[in-house]
Amino acid sequence: MAYQEAFLALADPTRRQVFEQLRHGPKPVGIIAAQMPVSRPAVSQHLGVLKKAGLVADRAEGTRRVYYIDPRGLASIRVWLDQFWEDALTAFKTELERDRGK
Amino acid sequence: MITIAPVRKQVTVAASQQRAFALFTNEMSRWWPATHSILKSPLKQYVVEPWVGGRWYAIAEDGSTGQTGYVIEWQPPQRLVLAWQLSSDWQFDPELVTEVEVRFIAESASTTRVELEHRNLQRMGEKAAQVRGLVDGPGGWTGILESFKKCAVEGG
Repeated sequence: MAYQEAFLALADPTRRQVFEQLRHGPKPVGIIAAQMPVSRPAVSQHLGVLKKAGLVADRAEGTRRVYYIDPRGLASIRVWLDQFWEDALTAFKTELERDRGK
Repeated sequence: MITIAPVRKQVTVAASQQRAFALFTNEMSRWWPATHSILKSPLKQYVVEPWVGGRWYAIAEDGSTGQTGYVIEWQPPQRLVLAWQLSSDWQFDPELVTEVEVRFIAESASTTRVELEHRNLQRMGEKAAQVRGLVDGPGGWTGILESFKKCAVEGG
C-alpha cells in the first residue's frame, strides 16, 4: 500500500532529516546537503527514495533543481482511515434511524 | 518530528445523547463496516468493554477473536476515547497506540452531534519501520530501531 511505502521511506533517520529540511519550503540539493553531515550524493539518493515514495517532488528552477514536499504522499495514511470513518459513521447514523422507524 | 493531521469526522443523528452513545459502544457490531474486520471469519460481535482499560475486540462467527484496542477514557454519554492498536499492515500491536476520541454533543433532546477524531497516526509509521526491521534482521535496521527509541523518548 502507498502509505506503507511512505512510512518506510521515513524510517531512515537521515532521510527523515532531509525530508524535514523541506518543511519550510522548496530547497535545492546543495542547500540541504550544506546543513547536514552527509555528502551531496547521499542527499540526492535520499531525495530519490522520498520521491519514489511520493513524499517529495522536484522541479527545475533556472539551472538548478529544487525539491519540495508533496502533500499527497503524507496524506496517504489518512486516505484509508478517512474513508473508513466516513463509511462507519454513515452506517452508524443509518442504524440509529432504523431504530427510530420501528 | 513529523506529524500526520488527525482524521476528523462528524455526523448529526436523530437520537438522544444516551441512545447514540449506547449504539456506538454496546452495539458496535450493528454498524461497523463488515469489510473492515481483521478476522478471517465473518464478524459476529464487536465488543467495547464499558470501563477504562476495557478491551475493544471482535468475535468472529467461528469463535475466533481479534483485538482492536482498549478503552482509554469512558465518560458516558458524552465522551469516549479508544486506543486503536492496528498497525499499518492491520495487525494488532500492543505497543502501538493511536487514539480515537468520540464526543457526543446533545443539540436537543432528540438530536446529537457525534464528533470523531483519530489522531497520532504518525505512530503507525514508526511501528511500520520497526516491523520491517524485525523482518530484515539486525543488518542496517538496528540503528533505525535505536533512533526510533530515542525519538519516542524525546517525543515524551
